[in-house]
Amino acid sequence: MGNEEAVFFSRVLTETTLSFHIIYATIGVGVPLMIMIAQWVGIKKNDEHYILLARRWARGFVITVAVGVVTGTAIGLQLSLLWPNFMELAGNVIALPLFMETFAFFFEAIFLGIYLYTWDRFENQKKHLLLLIPVALGAAFSAVFITIVNAFMNAPRGFDIVNGELVNISPLLAMFNPAMPTKVAHVVVTAFMTAAFLLAAIAAFRLLRGSDHVYHKKALLLTMKVGFIFSIGAAVIGDFSGKYLAEYQPEKLAAAEWHFETTDKAELILLGVLDENNEAKYAIKIPYGLSVLAANNPFAEVTGLDQFPEDEVPPLYIHYLFNFMVFIGMWMAFLSGVFLLGKWRNWTFTSTKWFRWLIVLGGPLSVLAIELGWWFAEVGRQPWILRDIMKVSEAATTSGQVDLMLILFCLLYLVLGVGSIVVLRRMFHRNPVEKELEDRHAMKGRDVR
Amino acid sequence: MNLEILGITVLWTFLFGYIMVGAIDFGAGFFNAYSRITGKERILTRVIQRYLSPVWEITNVFLVFFFVGIIGFFPKTAFYYGTTLLVPVSFGVILLAIRGSYYAFETYGARGHKGYSFMYGLAGLLIPASLSIVLTISEGGFIEMVDGNPVLDYWKLFTSPLTWSIVVLSLSATLYISAVFLTWYANKAGDADATSLLRRYALTWAVPTMIAAGGIIVELRKYQPEHYNNIQTFWPMFLISLLLFVGTVYLLFTKRQYGWAFAMLAGQFAFAFYGYGASHYPYLLYPYLTIYDSFTNPAMAISLIVVFVLGLCLLIPALILVMRLFLFDKDYVQGKDDYHA
Repeated sequence: MGNEEAVFFSRVLTETTLSFHIIYATIGVGVPLMIMIAQWVGIKKNDEHYILLARRWARGFVITVAVGVVTGTAIGLQLSLLWPNFMELAGNVIALPLFMETFAFFFEAIFLGIYLYTWDRFENQKKHLLLLIPVALGAAFSAVFITIVNAFMNAPRGFDIVNGELVNISPLLAMFNPAMPTKVAHVVVTAFMTAAFLLAAIAAFRLLRGSDHVYHKKALLLTMKVGFIFSIGAAVIGDFSGKYLAEYQPEKLAAAEWHFETTDKAELILLGVLDENNEAKYAIKIPYGLSVLAANNPFAEVTGLDQFPEDEVPPLYIHYLFNFMVFIGMWMAFLSGVFLLGKWRNWTFTSTKWFRWLIVLGGPLSVLAIELGWWFAEVGRQPWILRDIMKVSEAATTSGQVDLMLILFCLLYLVLGVGSIVVLRRMFHRNPVEKELEDRHAMKGRDVR
Repeated sequence: MNLEILGITVLWTFLFGYIMVGAIDFGAGFFNAYSRITGKERILTRVIQRYLSPVWEITNVFLVFFFVGIIGFFPKTAFYYGTTLLVPVSFGVILLAIRGSYYAFETYGARGHKGYSFMYGLAGLLIPASLSIVLTISEGGFIEMVDGNPVLDYWKLFTSPLTWSIVVLSLSATLYISAVFLTWYANKAGDADATSLLRRYALTWAVPTMIAAGGIIVELRKYQPEHYNNIQTFWPMFLISLLLFVGTVYLLFTKRQYGWAFAMLAGQFAFAFYGYGASHYPYLLYPYLTIYDSFTNPAMAISLIVVFVLGLCLLIPALILVMRLFLFDKDYVQGKDDYHA
């Protein structure tokens, strides 16, 4: 296998692993917070429905954590196996957040184990709730630290290159690079948002399919509230991210917006297709929109792709990824907003079948938005692995067996994906909430604990 | 002590931690599967599950810690080991992934599937074998530089007796460590049947472990005279290790003090492991890479060590809490209450 093929297969394998991993990782970051909220509400209101909600989410969470952990281990090792030249260089500057991520992960792993095996063990339920704080913190900080590493790849800082040698290394400067605040905030907030909408989808699905239990209604209202708050947060931070790109990574924004020539009063292009002359057809064009997005000023100048050499321009298809991600985000904010308004004003249509189906659809859509966002962020910095410093083609392994490994890992992800879905379905089908509530009451009658 | 030695000592310690908790975990999986095939499952499964359930995730972190740490402290290892280890480590990762996730699937989802537990036991034995190849390669002679890039000579690797000695050692040590630990654990649980069965397994695997360890020293004498000479300078460590081994076997044989037996076993492996590591000094990959020419810059080294110390301040109390709640909690160990979510 030649070097070009090794680069290609390394890219495909990394993309496959990450695309699979982030589904479980996003759930892993978001769901502990939801469990914590549910248990807290349950204790505060002395309502056992919320406690049971926390318990059932925690049980399903174990399965997703297991897949998240093992695929996370895979990507952790693949970084060195597939991109040895990159890791050799970047390890000098960015090892600190990687190292901190393992600590966060360690911390989460320890307390999750304790949390899962101490239900009803403490007299005081609040003690048990306290165990969830390190789990949720550990999960969120794993995301923070690993996103810092990714932010560094987009905006490398904290070192100088003199005659090909790295000098004046400052690990903290590398961590607090310009891309870091918006990236970290966006990743964490959208993970919370996605987890909330996924759990809302489950509650809505149960309400559609047979059960009309008040438990599911409480779950739906709680998750939609949380989802709404975080989707507003995601939109605000998304706007900051646009301004970051305009300032520091203009080629990514320009490629995403098909902004070919540097102009002021730049228009925002929605959807459309590119013809052979790089003209956007069938697109919705919003005058001044891009200038507002980039600088909060309709007359601001926005850098176009004409400012970059042709071999440093990212692929133009990222336009679609960017558009659909934003549409899904807006749609989910709108949908949850309408739902909450409807609850407040007693509109009945939020309890109709078609509205609930929309909520069910919102779960997978949110996950899709996460994928689209990551593909956009990663493909948008092509051809660089370290922007302006190292190209992807210089970073890959020289090993000749990457294609074989790609096949093996694809099979692995297939097995894990199918396995986790089957197990989760079986887990909750065999033990619906009505049955569990009955069991608990029967148990309490005999033996109070 | 300079930063390089401090760095490698920290990493070596975590690798040792992984070997111990990993061996308990992998061996337990194997004994669990074996007991099902031989129809003794009712004796062992409960004890094993009770120990493994709250800690399976923690075990994995020790490994992650080691490989993230080694890239952090010694970034050049990414270039040499990353390029050459694609195939063996990928196999290890796939096995770990199947094993880790199916543990959760089986325990929490579909209790009692025979096929799973068989796969689980088998994967547990293949993982130490696939990961221990790294130790063989580090001895040197299996990697050649072609156009400035390292290339692994698979034929040479798989025909080397050293490779197979290390594989055999990793397998039998896994089963030995695991059986001794579980004997102690079953005894604490007051489960006489499980204790006597596991004690028998422990005694069975003690002898092959020592033979394989001796075999490696003989192989090194032939292939790596330099390393062999270094080992000799550390002979007191290996002697202590041997004495502790005798102590463990004595206690097991006379059915006394299983807690001490496990402590002596941990000491035995610690002395041998650190003695082996020290005799490898200063090479990470003979003869290309020493800990000095691969060490990261001072700014990164110091910040990593600061984070490491702060991290330990969080981790050690947390690990003690886990042990108090599960390993050393009488009611939990004896299975009086489940309290599982």
